[in-house]
Amino acid sequence: MNKLDANNVNVFYGSNKVIKDVSISIKQNTVTAFIGPSGCGKSTFLRLFNRMNDYIDTFKMEGKIEIDGSNIYDKQIRVEELRKQIGMVFQKPNPFPKSIYENVIYGLRIQGIKDKKILDESVEQSLKQAALWDEVKDKLKDSALALSGGQQQRLCIARTLAVQPTVILMDEPASALDPISTAKIEDLIYQLKSKYTIVIVTHNMQQAGRISDKTAFFYMGELVEYDETKTIFTNPKQERTLNYVTGRFG
Amino acid sequence: MPRIKEKVIEVGLASAAVITILTTIGIIWVLLSQTIDFFSDVSIVDFLTDTQWTPLFADKHFGILPLVAGTFLTTFIAILVALPVGLTIAVYLNEYAPKSFRKIIKPLLEILAAVPTVVYGFFALSVITPFLQSIIPGMAGFNALSSGIVMGIMIIPLITSLSEDALFAVPKSLREASYGMGSTRLQTAFKVMVPAASSGIIVSVILGISRAVGETMIVAIAAGQQPRLTMNPLVPIETITTYIVQVSTGDVAHGSLEYKTIFAAGMALFVFTFILNNISYWIKKKFQEKYE
Repeated sequence: MNKLDANNVNVFYGSNKVIKDVSISIKQNTVTAFIGPSGCGKSTFLRLFNRMNDYIDTFKMEGKIEIDGSNIYDKQIRVEELRKQIGMVFQKPNPFPKSIYENVIYGLRIQGIKDKKILDESVEQSLKQAALWDEVKDKLKDSALALSGGQQQRLCIARTLAVQPTVILMDEPASALDPISTAKIEDLIYQLKSKYTIVIVTHNMQQAGRISDKTAFFYMGELVEYDETKTIFTNPKQERTLNYVTGRFG
Repeated sequence: MPRIKEKVIEVGLASAAVITILTTIGIIWVLLSQTIDFFSDVSIVDFLTDTQWTPLFADKHFGILPLVAGTFLTTFIAILVALPVGLTIAVYLNEYAPKSFRKIIKPLLEILAAVPTVVYGFFALSVITPFLQSIIPGMAGFNALSSGIVMGIMIIPLITSLSEDALFAVPKSLREASYGMGSTRLQTAFKVMVPAASSGIIVSVILGISRAVGETMIVAIAAGQQPRLTMNPLVPIETITTYIVQVSTGDVAHGSLEYKTIFAAGMALFVFTFILNNISYWIKKKFQEKYE
């Protein structure tokens, strides 16, 4: 069954068309990578799925985006509820200037959950899932900003997991990290696949090759090709894809 | 040749800096010497503990407490008005308002800051006080409440502007993170943005307090010039600044004990602001440790 569906989506910033008639279907419990050169619209497209573009004054969208078959741009959809279901991890680690503990339970706090037992359990479980528990379990009350960049990013993933989403959107989650931290994040993504549907934007084609099941190649706002990752990297149908994945441009 | 030019410029710049420092030292020296002179006539214990301030009457008392109380009371009311309103406006401008609206409203707010304080004084006396009297029967014509409220209105642009700058300086990525977790705008504003900007907001309050403590005209016009040790905002009071104005514009003989009281009062004001600044500095540092 398809978890996410986009049908004939166009996006405009003012009069500038940045996404051109894109349709894509993403299956549950898969990792899908969006690749393409800078400015190709892959991040904009990713942010459609949790409506993060809504805050841009000149943003306008046409078409349909569905999660589990229901249109998320429907007027009856509460965007806050949607975002609890579709979590997001950003390019640069962005923990709140609070303690590690408070960071993880932020999403639960805003839902009004006060029961300390539930919060404690959520912190432990989320940090374990994000492979960070062993490193921080003795300093949960310390500021999150004292952690390294890689730890901060895993904390941001834990914070997202604590809300128990079904989909996780990742916008170049490892681009600001060193190779070792990047490897940890990639391992993590691989493990999370069994429980979540993951969509990841990446500049790093090796990364897309290592972690994703399917890959979508965007160019100038168009979805050029979308197929099994293996096919995209070894035997793409489009010449533009071949040129990009072999490093001839981009 | 260019070396000499460099040297001249350097000396010129340095002397500009030295003049400022010398002026400050001069002011403190005058204040201090006159104050020491004053305390050779009046015991410092009386000054700090006496509950009456009547240097201009036959039965002279030199207790600074009534003036400190008046200053504290008006300042407190002013901050009580200015902080919630100013912070709300700042949050609105930064989190809700469309960019175009923000561009219009910010300069408009600055106009509030450009109103001369004497105009605020009359506003307090002739508009706010009658209005409050219609709600609170028995309120005196001169009182701390209306001067405090108007002083608060005067400080709103300061608090708004500085708090807005502080909120604006919070990385956008934090707002995105908060929205991404399913927060509403209100939750994002008050659970993420305001705490992250807290040190800047505290600075705005500090400057607001300094402004209120040093404010003279509004209280001189609307608060009544009656030194009184009270926390009742409905009766006439006097602040340190108003007393200084009252005596400097009066016909007190130069060099007399009455004359010297203004220096003692000025010194008290100086110490007052100094302590306040230190407390706020300490708070700011503490918050910074927590949030950065």
